[in-house]
Amino acid sequence: MNLTAEEWGIILLSLKVSVAAVGCVTPIAFALAWLLARGRFPGKLLVDALVHLPLVVPPVVTGWLLLIGFGRMGPIGRFLESWFGITVMFRWTGAALAAAVMALPLMVRAMRLSIEAIDARLEQAARTLGATPWHCFVTISLPLSLPGIAAGAVLGFARSIGEFGATISFVSNIPGETRTLPLAIYAALQVPGGETMVARLALISVLLSLAALIACEMIVRRGRSQRISHVL
Amino acid sequence: MSFEIKVEKRLGDRRIALAHRSDSGLIALFGSSGVGKTSILNMVAGLLRPDNGHIIVADRLLFDSESRIDLAPEQRGLGYIFQDARLFPHKRVRANLLYGFDLTSPDARWMPLGEVCAFLGITHLLDRWPHTLSGGEAQRVAIGRALLAGPRLLLMDEPLSSLDAARREEILIVIERIRDELRVPILYVTHDRSELDRLAAEIVPVGADAISQCADFHF
Repeated sequence: MNLTAEEWGIILLSLKVSVAAVGCVTPIAFALAWLLARGRFPGKLLVDALVHLPLVVPPVVTGWLLLIGFGRMGPIGRFLESWFGITVMFRWTGAALAAAVMALPLMVRAMRLSIEAIDARLEQAARTLGATPWHCFVTISLPLSLPGIAAGAVLGFARSIGEFGATISFVSNIPGETRTLPLAIYAALQVPGGETMVARLALISVLLSLAALIACEMIVRRGRSQRISHVL
Repeated sequence: MSFEIKVEKRLGDRRIALAHRSDSGLIALFGSSGVGKTSILNMVAGLLRPDNGHIIVADRLLFDSESRIDLAPEQRGLGYIFQDARLFPHKRVRANLLYGFDLTSPDARWMPLGEVCAFLGITHLLDRWPHTLSGGEAQRVAIGRALLAGPRLLLMDEPLSSLDAARREEILIVIERIRDELRVPILYVTHDRSELDRLAAEIVPVGADAISQCADFHF
């Protein structure tokens, strides 16, 4: 199957958006996963629920909320514009933001499981050997949760590639800027005679998602075989 | 070595209390399972905070509820040998052994890696991963890891319980040599009388008796 320049553009844009989304949200997801796995604080249930909200709320609603918050008149959007000159509205960065928000719950879930699977007794052993809490985190906890971080990142990547509802309601469907794979498929569906285009793009998106899921499963299995951690 | 402990801790509806003072090289906390022997070791190690009391090891105050002194585990300079070896699964034996060594200031170390490996007979294991070791090998590596951090006192929590008879003998010999050749004081926890007879330890009973003995103390 020879891809046209237009199709390559769509694929590369999708990859750019997803890589940016996952790259930026991974540290945040890990911090949240750590907080939810280990933290004891009032309102933990609320934080847990808020993190999972994008998983259950209609994506259109998530996109609309982003529009309110990050739009030109929105509180965060205005702040970004006046202080950094950054605008995410109708830009690919906005698509990445929408993808990141939608991927967050899945990533937090995978990472949280791997953090909960860390044997706290190993951390105790490290402390008695002279490790400060921070040194213990860097040398023991973080390496032991790496398979979970990797699995979460790949899962988040797969989710980002497929992101549609929040993206189209937040940054619209602009060719070359925010028209990622699912949006391009939707656009092709609206055009008479676009069936071939739809079929080709659909096949590509299935292959991409499949590759990501297989990669995720392989990371998890490898972690298990090395007895490093148990994820999912 | 001077060792002085007077602690009290309430865990759920259990009350764990012990008061003891000793200069012996091998002190054994003896009592049936579930009376809080491990909790007492954890309090000495700094992993569990006593409700009140004080702990002094080798003239160093580690914990004192009155003057609000509570050193973190990493500041106490104690070695802890757990029931299970607790080797770090993502590090080879060599990196496990050097973990505490690298964190210890050079003047606090008293044995280099080669010497510890020869002493414990684990030189041939250095490049192995922990999950490929037998129970006895893993426990010897764990002992080596603790020794390399230059401990002032070794805490041992039933170090033989997960081993078969042949391996027990192997580790018992190691413990005797640590006591006699290296002269590191040991605080030993067990519920097995035969281990104590063998090690000729100073026995501190822990349990219902110990708690009633402590009734004299006013915390």
